[in-house]
Amino acid sequence: MATHELRRPFKRPAISDQQRRREISLQRQAQNRRDAQHQARCLASTILTLQPAQYEPAEPDLQLQSETELIPELEIESQEHRRDLRDIDDVRQASRLKGVEARQWFAKQLMLPEWMIDVPERLNTDWYVFARPAGKRCFVVSSNGTTISRLRNGSMLHRFPSALPSGARTSKSSHSGQSYCILDCIFHEPDQTYYVIDMVCWAGMSLYECTTEFRFFWLNSKLVETGACDAPSSYHKFRFSTVPIYNCDQEGLNAAYTGPVPYVKDGLLFCNKHAHYQSGNTPLILVWKDENCSQYVIDTDSKGQVPNKQQVVLELLFDGKLATSDDPPVIFGCLNEDFIQEDCRLGIFSDLLLVMED
Amino acid sequence: MGPHYTTIHDEETTWTVQYAIIPRFSQAPLLDNLDPKEKDTMEVTQVLLSAQAIDSTVRKHAEDTLKQFQEQNLPGYLLSLSGELASEEKPVESRKLAGLILKNALDAKEQHRKYELVQRWLSLDVAVKSQIKACLLQTLSSPVPDARSTASQVIAKVAGIELPQKQWPELIGSLLSNIHQVPPHVKQATLETLGYLCEEVVPEVVEQDHVNKILTAVVQGMNANEGNNEVRLSATRALYNALSFAQANFSNDMERDYIMRVVCEATLSPEVKIRQAAFECLVSIGSTYYEKLAPYIQDIFNITSKAVKEDEEPVALQAIEFWSSICDEEIDILEEYGGEFTADSDVPCYYFIKQALPALVPMLLETLLKQEEDQDQDEGAWNLAMAGGTCLGLVARTVGDDIVPLVMPFIEENITKPDWRQREAATYAFGSILEGPSPDKLTPIVNVALNFMLTALTNDPSSHVKDTTAWTLGRIFEFLHGSTVETPIITPANCQQIITVLLQSMKDVPNVAEKACGALYFLAQGYEDLGSSSALTPYFQEIVQSLLNVTHREDAGESRLRTAAYETLNEVVRCSTEETARLVLELVQVIMAELHKTLEAQNLSSDEREKQNELQGLLCGCLQVIIQKLGASDTTKYAFMHYGDQIMNLFIRVFACRSATVHEEAMLAIGAFAYATGPNFAKYMPDFYKYLEMGLQNFEEYQVCAVTVGVVGDICRALEDKILPYCDGIMTQLLKDLSSNQLHRSVKPPIFSSFGDIALAIGENFEKYLMYAMPMLQSAAELSAHTSGADDEMIEYTNLLRNGILEAYSGIFQGFKNSPKTQLLIPYAPHILQFLDSIYMEKDMDDVVMKTAIGVLGDLADTLGSNAGSLIQQSLSSKDFLNECLSSDDHLIKESAEWARLAISRAISV
Repeated sequence: MATHELRRPFKRPAISDQQRRREISLQRQAQNRRDAQHQARCLASTILTLQPAQYEPAEPDLQLQSETELIPELEIESQEHRRDLRDIDDVRQASRLKGVEARQWFAKQLMLPEWMIDVPERLNTDWYVFARPAGKRCFVVSSNGTTISRLRNGSMLHRFPSALPSGARTSKSSHSGQSYCILDCIFHEPDQTYYVIDMVCWAGMSLYECTTEFRFFWLNSKLVETGACDAPSSYHKFRFSTVPIYNCDQEGLNAAYTGPVPYVKDGLLFCNKHAHYQSGNTPLILVWKDENCSQYVIDTDSKGQVPNKQQVVLELLFDGKLATSDDPPVIFGCLNEDFIQEDCRLGIFSDLLLVMED
Repeated sequence: MGPHYTTIHDEETTWTVQYAIIPRFSQAPLLDNLDPKEKDTMEVTQVLLSAQAIDSTVRKHAEDTLKQFQEQNLPGYLLSLSGELASEEKPVESRKLAGLILKNALDAKEQHRKYELVQRWLSLDVAVKSQIKACLLQTLSSPVPDARSTASQVIAKVAGIELPQKQWPELIGSLLSNIHQVPPHVKQATLETLGYLCEEVVPEVVEQDHVNKILTAVVQGMNANEGNNEVRLSATRALYNALSFAQANFSNDMERDYIMRVVCEATLSPEVKIRQAAFECLVSIGSTYYEKLAPYIQDIFNITSKAVKEDEEPVALQAIEFWSSICDEEIDILEEYGGEFTADSDVPCYYFIKQALPALVPMLLETLLKQEEDQDQDEGAWNLAMAGGTCLGLVARTVGDDIVPLVMPFIEENITKPDWRQREAATYAFGSILEGPSPDKLTPIVNVALNFMLTALTNDPSSHVKDTTAWTLGRIFEFLHGSTVETPIITPANCQQIITVLLQSMKDVPNVAEKACGALYFLAQGYEDLGSSSALTPYFQEIVQSLLNVTHREDAGESRLRTAAYETLNEVVRCSTEETARLVLELVQVIMAELHKTLEAQNLSSDEREKQNELQGLLCGCLQVIIQKLGASDTTKYAFMHYGDQIMNLFIRVFACRSATVHEEAMLAIGAFAYATGPNFAKYMPDFYKYLEMGLQNFEEYQVCAVTVGVVGDICRALEDKILPYCDGIMTQLLKDLSSNQLHRSVKPPIFSSFGDIALAIGENFEKYLMYAMPMLQSAAELSAHTSGADDEMIEYTNLLRNGILEAYSGIFQGFKNSPKTQLLIPYAPHILQFLDSIYMEKDMDDVVMKTAIGVLGDLADTLGSNAGSLIQQSLSSKDFLNECLSSDDHLIKESAEWARLAISRAISV
């Protein structure tokens, strides 16, 4: 017979601290798991899966892989090339990538403008214009209590605390990985400021499939709220700033072209209001440069003199074309195939930079 | 009968001894020994007696002989034992032990072993079993009470195995025919057997006709005109177990009236044991048949209040327990419905407590004055005052504000009386009603009382009063202090005094000091969510120092004082702010030094070793809390990481001491440490790995295993693909754990989740584990898809299991995403979608499962893309389930559903 044991807690708390420690641990682990899972999904559904169709033509990729078997030296490159699609399924991983992997990954995520060679239709109604700050184009990723900026080539520019959501470990900021951000920025050396030119994800919300109009609206309303535009402090190492954006009417064009800005200008950027953020080159973003709005039209030496010979560094693409590293690249010419094949033995292959003199 | 010298114990209390001497299965020929020779039985008697000899060598020899006999010929062994039990010529000692060994051969506490024993019994030859059962039934008629009682327990064990298999159908009939036999001792033994039987088997395996007959026999046996007290007692105890069979009978007014009348009459029996057993029945009826109680509640109140006032303590305790269990019922009902009742509510609240309040409260208050002198020192004490105060606390939670005016006069009248009993009772009454009534009602009273309490804690001459006062202060802080309370009880004006008094009290006798630590615990907790500054900041150093002093007291081992001090230290650290981060960092060094000290001690006695283990557990627990605190902010984490190597080294050394509790605490701490350390944790893996593996192997102490499984997840997230070299070992161990029957079931869901963690960390490298993990997930999924007929507890577990399985799928899909190996997952997709569909159809998943499940649908679509497009479109989940989740109020479910919708639209658009 089970005699009724009446052992209710007497003058004792209902749970022991040990039980609490266990429960707190379990809660933390569950939260971390959710964060990891969420990040894996988010980046995937925004950045990664959108790009292959538009950025990776299937054929050259296959070609590259088949070459792998023939030329052992290529293996590292191509493996990493394949791996990057899998590995980078969350922001934290992406932010830790180094070298080639990072370059390939980050370069693919940025939306790249084409040169403005004619005037698009409905320029005055459907387009924005702004003066592009001179500096280092980069992605700024805030996640998990830290902020990392990465240049186009994938190398880390800064790792720092910021007032962006999840950008620093402070008591007031949420540590939930669900509130990470990805901003498209230009780091402007003279005033040590990140000028935000586009917003890709904000507080865990993807803006990929939103129009430029909405992204700019969101950027202008949200960035200031966080205190990211405030002067640097111990939990906020660099100032962020928006840039003045104008409609492409005459007044707006004039303001962007000649108006004073706190930064050094590097051309004008034109953005179609209805465009979604998309990786790679797009005709929906256009860039214009002339000597009035950019200092990077002609090379000067360290003393500011124009040298006799203009040097240009061109990138050898895998199809033999030579391109500038401009943003966007300009195709200058093409090496003939014999030359490439011969020099393959010398170790020349794609992604090589060649110095050409005129 | 004198003391018994035997190492063979009742299986239900301890099985370790027996475990060693029972082999798994016997291969002995079955029929050779059906008719045991005279010589054998002679020997058995002697061996059984020797097994209880004072001389341990004789005992040991006898045990070995029994073991040999069993190994050589199990059927013969069991037959001899049952023959021994049945034989009236044998001494009672050998008969009893024979019965006990038989019982142990049928059941064990530990699940795996129990299963083995059940299978072993079922596989015995039918003729052998029939003969044993005949012996057992025959023993019920024995004039020797011990033989009868032992036999009835063994019969119940056999019934527990056989009735669910639809075997032994004649058992209940033949027991019932015994009832009509004249000798009362046969009747008594039969009723006792029916009671045990009801305890062993679930109601479903007994047909309603038999249930009715059993209840009739039992209730008749309880009846006042049953002249034999032994019969009446056995019947009353049998009813206690049979109540869960009586659903149908309690729905019938006449039958229920009759049962209730007989139970109430039994509470008035002249025999104290019968009264106690009858009240136990009432307690059980109170919780099992709450909704049928209304017509009887007035009578029950009269009976119980008479018992509380006049009867012997064991009876009075049960009478109080009746009201406690009614409180439990009403608290549950009120919580579930939030006070909103309609005629359609499943179980209505009858507000019995509210109605009984004016009479119930004075009755309970009276019990508070019946304290025992040493109750605060005696861990196991349970008396009228304690039961009464506990019940008063439950009443307060049930009725809220209404209790306050009924208790206040008692407090006011007694709190200043010279007799410590009166002051203590008044304080205890006050402490008991602090949970339940609204802060609006209590705050004005507490504001007045607080000062009085602080003075009493300092000056009262009685340590009983101080003990209860400190506890009451803790309750005040627990329920009326914190960021959610509108009018603060603690103000800048009284904060310092409160802390001074509590710290002073921590130097008092151990039981008072322990309660003072407890009060400080809740005081600190109230400042938990206050952000950047806490009123405790100025006192932080002083508080920490006082708590450390308590841990060093010579008598800190009494009244669990040392534990309380460390637990309070933990809470003080948890609730501290950035202002005191530097001091917490200093505390790291202190705790590390303490832990180091425990490792220096050598040549410890087993008692000292146990103390060392306990202390190491407390210190590791404290470090865990500190790591979690300092790891949460970049600046403090950076400073803390200077100690990383030293701390990890200490943990490793603690592991080397090997003890379950320490192991667990150090493991918990390492989880927090790995999370704070991130990828740099890789450098500790070579040293740590073997303990990780040990933890995963420790399925006997399932808490240790569960905690270690959690740490696997932490390490996966910290190391990501750097965990790869250790994955073979970890996966092997996790798979072994899952296949073990001995592993506590609560560990299985987290193991599945950890598959997901591993897959997410190592990506397509998980490939080689797919062939093992997927079938396990699949069969677990099949088991957990349907819950029909399960009780709430089982449904809750099933949902945990589903969540673990789904988290595994999620992690695996996300891990393989964008890998050329995703096609390896395609064969599993149909099953997974089917699983999602079937749990959707089952309509019993909780919100957590719903969120994970719809997420898996998205992960599957995301990773498999167009490969699974048509499969997804055919699934119910992608339509009805998805739509249901999209319109969920739970934003986590909605968010997952949005993600799934996006992933599906991509998968089917390609």
